[in-house]
Amino acid sequence: MSQLAFWRSGSTRVLPGFGLSMGISVLFISLVLLLPITGLFGQLANLSLAEYFAIITEGRVVASYMVTIGAAAVAALVNAVFGLLLAWVLVRYEFPGKRLLDALMDLPFALPTAVAGITLATLYAGNGWVGNIIEPMGFQVAYTWVGIALAMAFTSIPFVVRTVQPVLEDLPAEVDEAAMSLGATDGVAFRRVIMPHLWPALVTGTGLAFVRSLGEFGAIIFIAGNMPYETEITALMIFVKLQEYDYAGASAIASVVLFVSLALLLAINIWQGRFVRRLHGGKG
Amino acid sequence: MSIRLQNIAKHFANTQALEPINLDIHEGELVGLLGPSGSGKTTLLRIIAGLENADRSPQPGKILFGDRDVTNVHVRDRRIGFVFQHYALFRHMSVYDNVAFGLTVMPKKRRPSSGEIRARVFRLLEMVQLQHLANRLPAQLSGGQQQRVSLARALAVEPDVLLLDEPFGALDAKVRQDLRRWLRRLHDELNFTSVFVTHDQEEALELSDRVVVMSNGRIEQIDTPDTLYRAPKNRFVFEFLGDVNHLEGRVRDGVLTCGDAHLNVDLPDGDEELLLRPHEVRLAEEPSPESHLPVTITAISPVGAEVRVELEADWLAKPWQATVRHADFERLHMRRGQRLFAHPRQWHRFKEDAKTPEQQARVA
Repeated sequence: MSQLAFWRSGSTRVLPGFGLSMGISVLFISLVLLLPITGLFGQLANLSLAEYFAIITEGRVVASYMVTIGAAAVAALVNAVFGLLLAWVLVRYEFPGKRLLDALMDLPFALPTAVAGITLATLYAGNGWVGNIIEPMGFQVAYTWVGIALAMAFTSIPFVVRTVQPVLEDLPAEVDEAAMSLGATDGVAFRRVIMPHLWPALVTGTGLAFVRSLGEFGAIIFIAGNMPYETEITALMIFVKLQEYDYAGASAIASVVLFVSLALLLAINIWQGRFVRRLHGGKG
Repeated sequence: MSIRLQNIAKHFANTQALEPINLDIHEGELVGLLGPSGSGKTTLLRIIAGLENADRSPQPGKILFGDRDVTNVHVRDRRIGFVFQHYALFRHMSVYDNVAFGLTVMPKKRRPSSGEIRARVFRLLEMVQLQHLANRLPAQLSGGQQQRVSLARALAVEPDVLLLDEPFGALDAKVRQDLRRWLRRLHDELNFTSVFVTHDQEEALELSDRVVVMSNGRIEQIDTPDTLYRAPKNRFVFEFLGDVNHLEGRVRDGVLTCGDAHLNVDLPDGDEELLLRPHEVRLAEEPSPESHLPVTITAISPVGAEVRVELEADWLAKPWQATVRHADFERLHMRRGQRLFAHPRQWHRFKEDAKTPEQQARVA
């Protein structure tokens, strides 16, 4: 019996349960992830290649790509800066309310995005609390791409904070102290000692925030104004197609978002793996 | 460069980490700060380094390096070298870049040329015997090697004083021994002023020119290792510097009695506690007119220059340790369970109220 099992698995594993846990994992991924994606491609089968390209290169849709990518890029960069700052504050300083702020970081994950969207829209609309003040000064946020970026930044900030935070915690304060005792100014110590450690996490977090922003829908539609060619996001284009019962068209646009996101995630993963290996002296 | 601390105190929230301290460290001295954890030794070292600020009230303290008042000088301008217990190397930089760091971050007008930096780094790496590992990353080195890199890095900027925070604490015993000897040699060669923190008495006594013994934020005694061991100023120092055997009892008419044990002492009547080092206990088969201290051997460790014997008796609260020469060990045919008599060669006694120790030697 045992010889048979040995022959079947090809090698002995000391850690038990590989077959069972791997099987369940694959089943779960298939049901939750792969099956819906297959459905998406099933819909695509109704289109010819020419039709597919016509849909995804239509002017209004292309404009929506630009709006989405542009706003997502701005949101991701803003989050990179402020997310890093927040993570820094949360790790390096002790202050009253630290735990509360830490918990608040996850709020964008927990809050229904539509709630965030409505809140932001009412705040920044011309008659809202904030809009009231900034619109007379010439800044319009609601119903412009700035509003879109704002909503994206809101929903994706935890990605940056939560990826940078553990890396920063792992970096002992002694390292800053060592740099300072050797005469480094704060700026030099940050640039040459701290940043090289944070880079991978920061890029990963920013990348994740960017990808998340590409697909955000609920938080944005309320504040975006949704003017064709100007403030329409790609997710909205999918929604519009669906409302017109154009399932194939919706799937075509969705597939573009899917490919872009997948490619980005893959790139981030590979790049990060390489960086981490270097940091650990080629050992892992 | 000499170091002079005047009236240095430190509070953390409501706890007093350091009571006002005065300390003079001479040029070229290697001084050990010794104490149990929580004694304030690391805090004191970090204050000297400028990584921590001393209290400004009620009275501001003062730190002088030579004639230079550095009390309010930032750590980066104090010209110190600091070695951390866990090395604190820059993990993403090669050994070479780690050592060169302090030189490359100097302001342009003081910074040596790149050729000069290279020469100096390799000279330092040679000194710590790591020149062949210049291109490795810290993760590829052993703990002892990493600590040597960290030392070379600290010395690269030619600091006025070198400060080491439990430098060998994270290393295993054998490596610790080697590094200790090696640091001592390096110190004698380059003659920099250095202060190191340790909780290991042996390390402090072996390495230091003078040892500062601390407890509860206070300096208990500052002396050379030899004086410290032979003439401890108080009970804390005596107990912290080595194994101690306690003998508690009541004195009446010059005889200390404790259960069925008794010992002649020239002390006034009252309760007394006498302290003895393991080497101050002699073992014999018979009691003497002066002492009658029956004990039973419970453990024997024959490793080393002397045999360590553990002794128990009804009249002892805690077992005693005694060290016996191998010759005596064989002569008395010592074995576990054997009953013998202990004779103090010498004992010590510290009065709690007076700070002056009272010691009495007795030849048995």
